[in-house]
Amino acid sequence: MSLEALVDVVAGIFLVLGASFAFIAAVGVVRFPDVLTRMHAATKPQSFGLLLILAGLALRIDSMSDLTLVLVVALFQLLTAPVSAHMVGRAAFRADQVDRSALVVDEAD
Amino acid sequence: MTVVAAVCAVLLCLTGITCVIRIVRGPTMLDRTVAADVFVAACIGAIGVEAAINRHSNTLPILVALAFVAFLGSVSIARYAASQAIGGGSR
Repeated sequence: MSLEALVDVVAGIFLVLGASFAFIAAVGVVRFPDVLTRMHAATKPQSFGLLLILAGLALRIDSMSDLTLVLVVALFQLLTAPVSAHMVGRAAFRADQVDRSALVVDEAD
Repeated sequence: MTVVAAVCAVLLCLTGITCVIRIVRGPTMLDRTVAADVFVAACIGAIGVEAAINRHSNTLPILVALAFVAFLGSVSIARYAASQAIGGGSR
């Protein structure tokens, strides 16, 4: 097996894994009961699943400037996903849309 | 690569459909925001998969733009929901 074929196989595995992460997250978003549990399911594909897909993409393209652009997308996603998740979670807590009986510890109260 | 394309297309389409179901149903505005975030992540993934399979880089600027817009959208909706809950405060 040549090196190019091996790289293609690895890239394909990354792409399929990333897509399955997105699908699992969507199932979680539909099935879980309240905002915080849905966010728990939703934030995985936004970081790890997207990183897998971008890694597969980076293995398939070969110009340096395109790789930089892919890296920018990945870094930006890693920077912004926690911030927006924090904002949404805090808004849900303040708007009292959280199932407080399901919390074990409530240090924000 | 054809098999990879088919599998990824099916998975990402199902992701989009289930997210739209949650956006339609989702009792509160924040549920819809979370579902819309996953939808945009699926869109970024779909464009990335397409670029990877056809080995081109024409759509990479769209990825950057989508990542920006998703962040701004969810943050502004979260701020709006928080200020509404408290009663007009700008927190």
